Amino acid sequence: MMGAQARVPSTPSPELLARLRGILAQVADPEIPVLSVLDLGIVRHIRLLGDGRLEVGIAPTYSGCPANAVIKEDVLRALAAAGFEAVATEVLAPPWSSDWLSAEGRRKLEAFGIAPPAGRASGAGQGDAPAACPRCRSQRTTRISEFGSTPCKALYRCEACLEPFDYFKCL
Amino acid sequence: MTPRFHYVLRLADTNLVLAQRLGEWVGHAPALEEDLGIANIALDLLGQARLLLAHAGRLEGAGRGEDELAYLREESEYFNLTLVEQPNGDFGDTVARQYLFDAWQFGLYEALARSKDSTLAAIAAKGIKEAAYHLRYSGGWLVRLGDGTPESHARVERSLRELWPFTNELFDDDETDHAVAADGTGALPSSLLPAWSARMDETLARATLKRPAPARFGWYGKQGRHSEHLGYLLAEMQSLHRAHPGAAW
Repeated sequence: MMGAQARVPSTPSPELLARLRGILAQVADPEIPVLSVLDLGIVRHIRLLGDGRLEVGIAPTYSGCPANAVIKEDVLRALAAAGFEAVATEVLAPPWSSDWLSAEGRRKLEAFGIAPPAGRASGAGQGDAPAACPRCRSQRTTRISEFGSTPCKALYRCEACLEPFDYFKCL
Repeated sequence: MTPRFHYVLRLADTNLVLAQRLGEWVGHAPALEEDLGIANIALDLLGQARLLLAHAGRLEGAGRGEDELAYLREESEYFNLTLVEQPNGDFGDTVARQYLFDAWQFGLYEALARSKDSTLAAIAAKGIKEAAYHLRYSGGWLVRLGDGTPESHARVERSLRELWPFTNELFDDDETDHAVAADGTGALPSSLLPAWSARMDETLARATLKRPAPARFGWYGKQGRHSEHLGYLLAEMQSLHRAHPGAAW
């Protein structure tokens, strides 16, 4: 809008924010569909821009995760479907880590068969391991590979039930 | 070219070229787990390279984005370390190259996480956790090959000896390095040597491998003077974009 008075970005009202969060709670991670973008903890802010559009700040999970671009598109599409025009901005700092996963997200992961990250990501470099097999709860597990089907997962095997399972790394 | 633009390009190009090299293993690694592991490392490095290239483009301020910088520069305009453009060779050669690199990058990101360039600091803070995973992977394999059979020991020792001269460049300071270290945005390469060297000695001892003797070094990739291998790599990497300018997913 030419000549319109510039207005600074503002925080949406609590009612609007609750509605927006309700929409985002339905946007799934494309690679781990039981998790929403809110469970992942990658939505850093929602602002109202001076021109009436929304700005959603999204933190990338892993630097090279191919899901990053898809997540951004899915968020904008879901908001557009509800009648909100939005732009997405990338938020690099503070960096996302598995510490940002919500408690609800961790429960959903385990129910889905993926062992949630055990411990804090700040200990990265020391090595970490799942607390228990997500199927039979045995603590006797062996690492098959530090790299699994997606950048965020490692591959483990349970020595009690002998099933292989994914572990969401502390990263 | 400002020192900071040059410095960030060096970091970006080093990651991009190594990601491209590692990508050549996809479908050819000795086991499925190694295929996934190497592909994952390549993906992390590529992701970091994209963030760094985009940052370099903004620093340059000439309107070049990550694609223009990656696909439309010639060999002499690439500033990656000569180490990372070396061919994959056998799995042991790749493991040796990766461990020499990962140990360097881990220390580099630790230092850059304190950079006065906040974007660089954020990229490093994010990358350090990925680098820690890469380091454990390549270090684990170096120990297994070194402390494995007489055959694997002899072969990986030869890999290490052949690649060792390329590590000189990792710790050499030039004008660009001094400039970015002076204004607090970059890390002085020579400052990373003591920690790298100590880590090398510790891992090589566990791998029962001898530390190669220092050797002369004839290339300077970070100043655009490359070995004969980079041109072929870029030709393959850039062919699609040059044949179909502006092609996007």
